[in-house]
Amino acid sequence: MNLNISGTQKKYEDGITLAYLIEKEKIQTPQYVTASVNDELISASEFENVTLKDGDNIEFLYFMGGGC
Amino acid sequence: MIKIKQTDFEAIVRYAKSNLPEEACGLIGGTVHGDEKTVEKIYYLENTDHSNEHFSLDVKQQLTAIKDMRANNLLPLGNFHSHPETPARPSDEDKKFILDKNASYMILSLEYGPTLKAFVISDEGITEEQVLIIGKDEIQ
Repeated sequence: MNLNISGTQKKYEDGITLAYLIEKEKIQTPQYVTASVNDELISASEFENVTLKDGDNIEFLYFMGGGC
Repeated sequence: MIKIKQTDFEAIVRYAKSNLPEEACGLIGGTVHGDEKTVEKIYYLENTDHSNEHFSLDVKQQLTAIKDMRANNLLPLGNFHSHPETPARPSDEDKKFILDKNASYMILSLEYGPTLKAFVISDEGITEEQVLIIGKDEIQ
C-alpha cells in the first residue's frame, strides 16, 4: 500500500500498525511523538492499536516544550 | 549559523512581550543551504502550559504549521520560546527536550536584552549556534 509520510510517498505492506511504521521509519524518541493520521492526532500510547490503510497521510510531531 | 531578519526578530520580541507574564513559543520555517539556515516564516503557537516557567507547543497548531511549511516549500527549522525573567540559555527542563539533531532551538530572553540565542544538539551535546540578525539592506 502507499502511505504519504511527512509529505513523501512510500510503499509498505498492507495491515501494518503505526507502531511498526515508527520503528521502520526510525523515528527518534517515539515516546515524545504524537502522530497524525489523516489529521487525527494519535498519542504514543495508541500507536500499537492503529492499523494503517492505503493512502493514509501521516505526520510525526515531536513534543516541543521546556521551561526557564 | 541561523539567519533571521531584523523584522522577524522584532516581531518575535513583540509577540513575547504581548504574552507576558507567560512564556511565548512557536515554530520557525525556512531554507537550508549547507550549514546556513535562513528563517523565512515564524509560526506563533499557543503555549498550552500558560506558564511563565514552562511551555508546550500546541500539537494541533504544530501540525497546521508543518503543513503550511510544506505547502510553501519551507523546511521546519526548529522552534523558539521566550524566557521572561531568565537569560537566553537552555534551562535543565529545556535540555530534556532538545532532542532533534536537525532542529535549532531559539531562546529569547526578555529580561536580558531582548537577547536571541539558538542551540543545537549533536553527539557532542548541546552547543550554541550562531544567530545572525540581518537588516533590510542585507536581505538578498
